[in-house]
Amino acid sequence: MKINIPVSKAKEIAQHQTIRLSESAILSAVNMNNILADFADVILFVTNFVKETFSRKFEVREFLHQCFAIGYKSLSLVSVTGFIMGFVLTVQSRPQLSNFGAETMLPGMVAISLIREMGPVITALICAGKVASGMGAELGSMKVTEQIEAMEVSSTHPMRFLVVTRVLAATLMIPLLVLYADGLGIVGSWFGVNLKGDVSFVLFFSQAFKHIEFIDLLPAVIKTFFFGGVIGLVGCYKGYHAGRGTESVGKAANSAVVLASLLILIVDMIAVQITDMLVV
Amino acid sequence: MKTDTKEKVIEITNLRKSFGTQEVLKDFCLNLYDGENLVVLGKSGSGKSVLIKCIIGLLRADSGSIKVFDQDITTLSHKRMDEVRKKVGFLFQSGALYDSMTVKQNLEFPLRRVKSYLKQKEIDAKIEEVLENVGLLDALDKMPSQLSGGMIKRISLARTIVVDPKIILYDEPTTGLDPVTSDEISSLINEVQHKYNASSIIITHDIECARMTANRLIMLKDGKAYKEGTLSEFEESTDDIINFFFK
Repeated sequence: MKINIPVSKAKEIAQHQTIRLSESAILSAVNMNNILADFADVILFVTNFVKETFSRKFEVREFLHQCFAIGYKSLSLVSVTGFIMGFVLTVQSRPQLSNFGAETMLPGMVAISLIREMGPVITALICAGKVASGMGAELGSMKVTEQIEAMEVSSTHPMRFLVVTRVLAATLMIPLLVLYADGLGIVGSWFGVNLKGDVSFVLFFSQAFKHIEFIDLLPAVIKTFFFGGVIGLVGCYKGYHAGRGTESVGKAANSAVVLASLLILIVDMIAVQITDMLVV
Repeated sequence: MKTDTKEKVIEITNLRKSFGTQEVLKDFCLNLYDGENLVVLGKSGSGKSVLIKCIIGLLRADSGSIKVFDQDITTLSHKRMDEVRKKVGFLFQSGALYDSMTVKQNLEFPLRRVKSYLKQKEIDAKIEEVLENVGLLDALDKMPSQLSGGMIKRISLARTIVVDPKIILYDEPTTGLDPVTSDEISSLINEVQHKYNASSIIITHDIECARMTANRLIMLKDGKAYKEGTLSEFEESTDDIINFFFK
């Protein structure tokens, strides 16, 4: 159980102990207790999630609804982001490549950058902002208004209905959104190239894909499943463990975005290291 | 209402529940008999809501036993608890309607889970029947955000009774409502009792609601049953604490 203890209370406890402890020692102990309680909560949440994921009764309708909400409703945002990624990367890189007379390398360089790194990470970060915060706020407000408890008394497992469906939908949809963003990024890049030139669409695409190998695509796609899982788990965890007041809904949404974004970057760093080791 | 000949549907013995160092319920005992309305009175923070959340299994009791239809729910598995919950309805203080669903979907949600064998036609007919009972048939396609406080309570009551529960637990059903709407909700509670022959525990500190609905009352104080009796016994009591509620 989490303990919130004010300094004045800590002073009082410190004065009444048989073995006298300093205020800071007691506050440190309380903080450590809270960290361990948080850690235990996370372990319990993930364990329950895994258990419910493999239970017989899967909420298919809710899962499809969440796929629609996460995938289809993020399309416009991901389209704009993907296009701008490719466009900006091209416009910014072109002068440098021109200096070395390597402008013909531009489509391949942009395609590799987009597919290997920029597409997955930036799309996942954008989705963390939209999807994780949405899940945090939605589940948080459901918790505050007793809707999760209402579900439980209707013989429905909230973990199965709310969390499993959302996490699996995010795990499935984020990779698809990333591939879509990669594609639009390459289209954006073609527009960028044509600002100061005249390159046909077919030529640009053949140049771009000439440099891409299967090994560029596979690790990038695999890591996006983990990004999706992180977004879903963090969003749901933060919402599910929101406090009782309305303020906690905002906090849940905010901390879901921050933590999901941070974890995406950490997962990316690990994925890059693993890919590097395996490829070399 | 004579209780000694009636069957016990809920039997609570020596229930204890604490939050940290705060002991909310201390050896609390209660019986609910078939077909009766039992009102639990008490000050805010006296543990009334904790009591009914323990009965439905939303909170786990520290010790003691809670028998619902002779099954001790403190020892039941999640699956068995779900079976018990199918016979028990719960009206939340806030209504707790799912705000992403229409009124119809709100009512359909528990019905599809508790009575999964029903066909769509039967589900629609049942939803219309309960909405008619609470006088809100025209709200079928509305979202909860389009409803007033009184309407939310009525729809919430409709969602509770749509699965034909044998026991209904009301958590402060009239809180936050004007006197007229409060009276309407109290009348609805009585109608539900007669029409569905349900046994109810009504948690409240609204004396008018208690007067209208109670067959029997229990006063909760310091985590224990302070006094138990009929409405007239409470009204004639000389106890200061009880008089404070009923004056």
